[in-house]
Amino acid sequence: MNAPEPITKHRILELLDYVKDPEVPAINVLELGVVRSVEVEESGKAIVTITPTYTGCPAMDVMAADIKKELLEAGVPEVEVKMSLAPAWTTDWITDEGKRKLKEYGIAPPEKSADIRALNGEQPVVACPQCGSKNTVMLSLFGSTACKALWKCQDCLEPFDQFKCL
Amino acid sequence: MSNALFTYTLRLADDLLILSQRLGEWCGHGPVLEEDIALTNRALDHLGEARNLLTYAGQVEGKGRSEDDLAYLRMERQYTNAKLVEQPNGDYAHTMVRSFLFDAYHLPLMQALTKSHDAQLSAIAGKSVKEATYHLRASSEWIIRFGDGTEESHQRAQAALDNLWTYTGELFETDAVLEEMTKAGIAPDIAAIKETWSKTVDQVLAEATLKRPADDFMMTGGRKGLHSEYMGFILAEMQHVTRAYPGVEW
Repeated sequence: MNAPEPITKHRILELLDYVKDPEVPAINVLELGVVRSVEVEESGKAIVTITPTYTGCPAMDVMAADIKKELLEAGVPEVEVKMSLAPAWTTDWITDEGKRKLKEYGIAPPEKSADIRALNGEQPVVACPQCGSKNTVMLSLFGSTACKALWKCQDCLEPFDQFKCL
Repeated sequence: MSNALFTYTLRLADDLLILSQRLGEWCGHGPVLEEDIALTNRALDHLGEARNLLTYAGQVEGKGRSEDDLAYLRMERQYTNAKLVEQPNGDYAHTMVRSFLFDAYHLPLMQALTKSHDAQLSAIAGKSVKEATYHLRASSEWIIRFGDGTEESHQRAQAALDNLWTYTGELFETDAVLEEMTKAGIAPDIAAIKETWSKTVDQVLAEATLKRPADDFMMTGGRKGLHSEYMGFILAEMQHVTRAYPGVEW
């Protein structure tokens, strides 16, 4: 066994790398962009502030519990997970690495919200994460979880999830 | 002031809580799988908003009531939702028209609330706006598809509209609580919200070839806790587990 590593902000961030989104286990909480701040007090207590993706997302409670578990198991003496609502989470906070992993996992990543057309009813062009074809059609605005819409590829005929722009 | 803020926040929360409960009844009964999922997603969004608002209402009240206490341990007369959201699901057109009439009010309300002088309401609204945009878009599309669809879908959508119209007046009612909140810059001007609502409704109904019913008698009472006969049944189902096993956690 190595000597326990000192608890620093850097160390906490390293550990958060291991905490996956329970509903989309391909990406972690940092890549999802829900971690808003990390503080370490002198006592070694870590305060992690996260923000919900969707207000009703049931994964948030699981994420908070997973963060606590991961840090406590790594020897952090005390962990507090705070929830903050403002500023509201946007899919723009998903990192590029996160978006790449989503696509690899079979979920079409969200477009940039600067491209707010998506919210206003104009259909974005979404490439099929399986075959790359842009000949796709939306089946439903609401998919398997609050954050996703359901699409179908007209070329490879596979249905797929798209991470909605928010 | 804190009294009015509590009442106002609770009204916002109750609309969402009860609508969420109604939409949740569709779980496993949707006409097609995609719609089953869409409705429960919508219910979940509303519930999430309701949770934020109930938690805040409890804090404002300062008597130590949690979101669960407020959601599950009040009596019927203490719920202040508008009667619109407690109306039964009926057929799919009825469910969608009910949501459309609500969404068209909820979105501009949340947009305006982001400018509220109350920081927490403004934060909650900021979060809700994005989801509410999706809700209104989805329900509008259904109204157009029903109205401009087959003879039967048109007739069912029109019947739902005629049936539910009488419940829309309550969304824009004013009273001493709302006036106090508006004066304090916490609640937005409800007349402006009504104007936006009315425009959206006219636009969508025109495209759907549906007829806007005349503003006749408007139902009232929900904000004072006087509900339709359906409310008790909703609460019986919603509160059953909490009442049967007091203090249970899961």
